[in-house]
Amino acid sequence: MVDVTQSVMATKILEELKKCNVTHVVWLPHSENKAMYETVLRESSMTLVPVCREGEAIPIALGLWLGGKNPVIMHQNTGFYDSGDSLRGLALDYHLPLLMLIGARGWRKSPPPTDSAAIFQEPVLDAWGIKHYLVIDEKDVQMISQAYHETQATSRPVAVLIAEEQMQ
Amino acid sequence: MIDSMEAMRIISRSRGEAIVVACMTAKDEWHHVSTLHQLDFLYIGSMGKASSVGLGLALAKPQRKVILIDADGSLLMNLGSLVTIANMAPGNLIHFVMENGIYRITGGQPIPNAGKLSFSGLAKEAGYRQVYDFDEAASVEKKIDIIMKQTGPTFVCVKSPSVSECSPYTSPRLDAKIVREFRSTLSNVH
Repeated sequence: MVDVTQSVMATKILEELKKCNVTHVVWLPHSENKAMYETVLRESSMTLVPVCREGEAIPIALGLWLGGKNPVIMHQNTGFYDSGDSLRGLALDYHLPLLMLIGARGWRKSPPPTDSAAIFQEPVLDAWGIKHYLVIDEKDVQMISQAYHETQATSRPVAVLIAEEQMQ
Repeated sequence: MIDSMEAMRIISRSRGEAIVVACMTAKDEWHHVSTLHQLDFLYIGSMGKASSVGLGLALAKPQRKVILIDADGSLLMNLGSLVTIANMAPGNLIHFVMENGIYRITGGQPIPNAGKLSFSGLAKEAGYRQVYDFDEAASVEKKIDIIMKQTGPTFVCVKSPSVSECSPYTSPRLDAKIVREFRSTLSNVH
């Protein structure tokens, strides 16, 4: 069931992706992004590419980018951990300008998170040298465009963490 | 059984102007037979992900054939990609798998359940449009032109001997600069 808050957030995220001329959303569903599925499906300028496992997302995005397209990937932070070798060997080694929209499962402003998926997220991104932004509410969504432009300027992946509680 | 180099030569002769993606040992053998290096993406960046890179390229360039040269050990690392490819159903993708039953690049250790599983069966049930299984070079020769012309996604399993030696050939190691040049080349390819 997708509630109104999720739909509003999904629509705003889509608007940001359209500003960035995104062509493909390589995607695996999770509880934080379920509204995005129908929102992207309705958008004629983008193609949704569902994957079976998050580790497929970066290599598919690489292939799309090599072919001149402009993909983003979208999955949960648990899937980010699954994608480690692709992130290292393809996105970082080949300087892939890739926007990664990551559902921040377990993120909490207060009290501190107890879910290891959230606890390790930012330290792991820092360790890999990947710049990241946190979208907590609607006013932060504009950071998606900012992050996208940084991918293009630096030829590196940039992560946007989307706080779980704002999508539910 | 079909010698992998012989299979590469057969594929190369019928390649036309297709984009080719290959990784691990196959990339070195392909580099040796290829006559169109500017459209070859031969990489060793992540384990078993060639099928996903090939899917992305096929979706990005729907008017151009994309030939993916994969191996059994690599595909086992990314088996879900069969379903992902079948779901997106790129008509221009031809997915070759060299089945030798071993991890050749690490010295010939057997893949799990070697010789007992059917890669073509997995591809067929995943939903590939065309599926082939070959263990004689003559059979590949006979069908290759049809395979190249058919609407995919097409899966071709080539049974190869369990040769534990690494390929004597080498291909240039990719770096970010070469990757960007490849992308630039493809920008002029439709």
